[in-house]
Amino acid sequence: MSGMLYSLVALGFVLIFKASGVFNFAQGAMVLFAALAMARFSEWIPDWLGMENLFVANLLAFAVSVVIMFVVAWLIERLALRYLVNQDGATLLMATLGIAYVLDGIGQTIFGSDIYKIDVGMPKEPVMMLESVFEGGILINKEDFIAALIAALLVISLSIFFQKTATGRALRAVADDHQAAQSIGIPLDRIWVIVWCVAGITALVAGIIWGSKLGVQFSLSTIALRALPVVILGGLTSVPGAIIGGLIIGVGEKLSEVFLGPYVGGGIEIWFAYMLALVFLLFRPQGLFGEKIIDRV
Amino acid sequence: MSGRKIGEVILDLKNISLSFGGVKALQDISFNVLEHEIRAIIGPNGAGKSSMLNVINGVYTPQQGEIIFRGQHHANMDSYGAAKAGLARTFQNIALFKGMSVLDNIMTGRNLKMKANMLQQAFWFGPAQREELEHRAKVEEIIDFLEIQHIRKTPVGRLPYGLQKRVDLARALAMEPQILLLDEPMAGMNVEEKQDMCRFILDVNDQFGTTVVLIEHDMGVVMDISDRVVVLDYGKKIGDGTPDEVRANPDVISAYLGASH
Amino acid sequence: MFYRENGQFKTSYKADQQVFAIPQDRWAILALVVFAFVGVPMLVDEYMFRAILVPFLILSLAALGVNILVGYCGQITLGAGASMAVGAYAAYNFMIRIDGMPALASILLGGLMAAAVGIVFGVPSLRVRGLYLAVATLAAQFFCDWAFLRIRWFTNDSSSGSVSVPDISLFGWTINSPTDKYLFCLGILVVFSLMAKNLVRGNMGRQWMAIRDMDVAATVIGIRPMYSKLTAFAVSSFYLGVAGALWGFVNLGSWEPAAFSIDRSLQLLFMVIIGGMGAISGSFFGAAFIVILPIFLNQMLPLVGSLFGLEVSIALVSHVEFIIFGSLIVFFLIVEPHGIARLWATGREKLRLWPFPH
Repeated sequence: MSGMLYSLVALGFVLIFKASGVFNFAQGAMVLFAALAMARFSEWIPDWLGMENLFVANLLAFAVSVVIMFVVAWLIERLALRYLVNQDGATLLMATLGIAYVLDGIGQTIFGSDIYKIDVGMPKEPVMMLESVFEGGILINKEDFIAALIAALLVISLSIFFQKTATGRALRAVADDHQAAQSIGIPLDRIWVIVWCVAGITALVAGIIWGSKLGVQFSLSTIALRALPVVILGGLTSVPGAIIGGLIIGVGEKLSEVFLGPYVGGGIEIWFAYMLALVFLLFRPQGLFGEKIIDRV
Repeated sequence: MSGRKIGEVILDLKNISLSFGGVKALQDISFNVLEHEIRAIIGPNGAGKSSMLNVINGVYTPQQGEIIFRGQHHANMDSYGAAKAGLARTFQNIALFKGMSVLDNIMTGRNLKMKANMLQQAFWFGPAQREELEHRAKVEEIIDFLEIQHIRKTPVGRLPYGLQKRVDLARALAMEPQILLLDEPMAGMNVEEKQDMCRFILDVNDQFGTTVVLIEHDMGVVMDISDRVVVLDYGKKIGDGTPDEVRANPDVISAYLGASH
Repeated sequence: MFYRENGQFKTSYKADQQVFAIPQDRWAILALVVFAFVGVPMLVDEYMFRAILVPFLILSLAALGVNILVGYCGQITLGAGASMAVGAYAAYNFMIRIDGMPALASILLGGLMAAAVGIVFGVPSLRVRGLYLAVATLAAQFFCDWAFLRIRWFTNDSSSGSVSVPDISLFGWTINSPTDKYLFCLGILVVFSLMAKNLVRGNMGRQWMAIRDMDVAATVIGIRPMYSKLTAFAVSSFYLGVAGALWGFVNLGSWEPAAFSIDRSLQLLFMVIIGGMGAISGSFFGAAFIVILPIFLNQMLPLVGSLFGLEVSIALVSHVEFIIFGSLIVFFLIVEPHGIARLWATGREKLRLWPFPH
């Protein structure tokens, strides 16, 4: 079920890429940052306010984290991206690598670098599903199931946001051509702040789900690297691609580990996804669902 | 124009058709280019002039037709092959190497003629050094010819447009091409720059005997300097001949004046 | 005497094409190299050699490799660490599996092996670029991480997964003291830098830069993208491979695959960005910066902290390091994409005109 989480991270990638043409290497750092904020505030808030109710505390922590992610998004735009408009992709990519470092550093300076827990009261016990459909059913973690639901909800609302609202249209215009969008009066800076906010929130959601499952720790930052092949597989510009790509990679990793692993000594899940992505790069660089890349002279 | 003699057919294009998806960029176009002549391709916007040039030097591969260069058939020449065969070109939107100096840009034009291997280059040894000096001398001749000595060491990104166009031409000349393809060499220039450019084109043709195929918007310039003109409109050839013949061609007049379509 | 080239007239193209066309530069660099060989060993202590100078030299060499690929040929790579790993493990295997293999030869062979692997992993660059290429190189990185961890043959079936090499010797000169190590690496670096400079100022380098700046135009004047890109990958990987072998043999002595992880790749990329893309000197600036900054922060931060009565933990120092690196990268990409090397060049340019700036 890690596939679902890859999807969520991949979704963050796709959103930012679609809307700004920036490939955001800092997505993983944002997941870590958001998860850290969530974990620590849900710990601190009950202390400060002296209350016991876990639910309210989580809600407050969530709200605070959302605000923090907004601030982060705004700062990123203000301090870095604003000056990098119309630079080529590789430069932007390296810039986001720099941003990732900064976020990792600041996040751990403020929130500490131990392993923290997030407890949002997700049920942990496994349940049998679809027993009525066929014999035995499927054994599923309720937690995973809820995570999947949340992800689906997020995707649907984002699709509506992209397709139906004026802001969504502006976002897509910016993605097509920075300059053209600017010339018809779309405020580039504001759009970028919005995109990064949205990406920040997906990062927060991914961080919470991941964090409540495995704890919040530095290694969260590296799931950006794990989710990268997902984006390549699904296509950089496709939201459904991110979801399906995530599932394929998630399942593929496990299957390859089970079936191929014993022959080659195990631990192959880390590069298996990348090799899959590499094959796609060579034969179908736009991914499963992406738009074709056309070069013009 | 003294001294030069129009020769045999050097480049023959037969029934070239090119389409992108459903868009027919070129339809069944044939014409030829004679050695040492200045041949112009004109036509309104979107007529397929640049596509034609791209077909000639192998950037695009036409779906139909053949290209005969010096008696050799080239069904699908790629741009590397074209360069090797002796076709050089300039670009409409200057395609210089922005991070390099003028000198280095022009030196890249010599790359096909440089033979030293990587190890020799790494140690700057024997042939590598000799070669570098020989070609430098050759490149300096071109720099003198095009009167760009003063900007030799300047990164091209810093140069004004007119000079960039000149460097583009210099780089193409450094290849010592048999045919020089010029894609709107005078676009966006002021009158003086245009005059300079015309002079350079005529001089190149005259002194080196280089065959020139050029695309140009400015009708006045084209009619003045070219020997023969091909007119394209909507991917079809509507006229071919000397400037005077073309000027008198009713199809050409209607295409340019926009009458009776 | 002012630093000036006025009045210095070149009478041949040969004179004009020298590596350091201004005599003052030439003397300065020569003096620097002589000082590095003779003066430094007399002045510094063992700690300086071990902690700063040897790592600096080797990382400079690696940064040169990355710079050739990223700075000159414009092909982004996040797999530099993998090339270093290939070089290190290949050199190790050449050394232990072939009797009487001289150390220098196995280091160079390690470099060649890295070049071969580099070419294979450079193949995707013929189809994709930019971000997609970054992913492809990451694939190489993760694959190599795994291969050297899991495939026992590479590590000569060592049980712990780490390998170690004895002190190496060169024509009877055993390299074991820090000074020896320093001189050995310095020698290699000087030779390799000169080679790199020669490559980038000649035909090869112009082809790489042409591909970087405008690949369509490059093909049209007869540059084969495949040849140029793959040679860039090969040369770059060769440098990285030699650097990796040195890192393992000379700097570490014994190592695990983690020494060449993705972090190393990123670190090398950052060196090149901060130091200066497309400038040989940038590789040195970048390496120096990355080696010195952590040490500097380790010394400085606790001091600054104590001023304010704060205790600065080691963790905090490493976090601050992250923040500073990250911000500097963004800063350089925005303000000066050509890095410290360009700042240096601009400074020199000013000096050339000083005191009459117009």
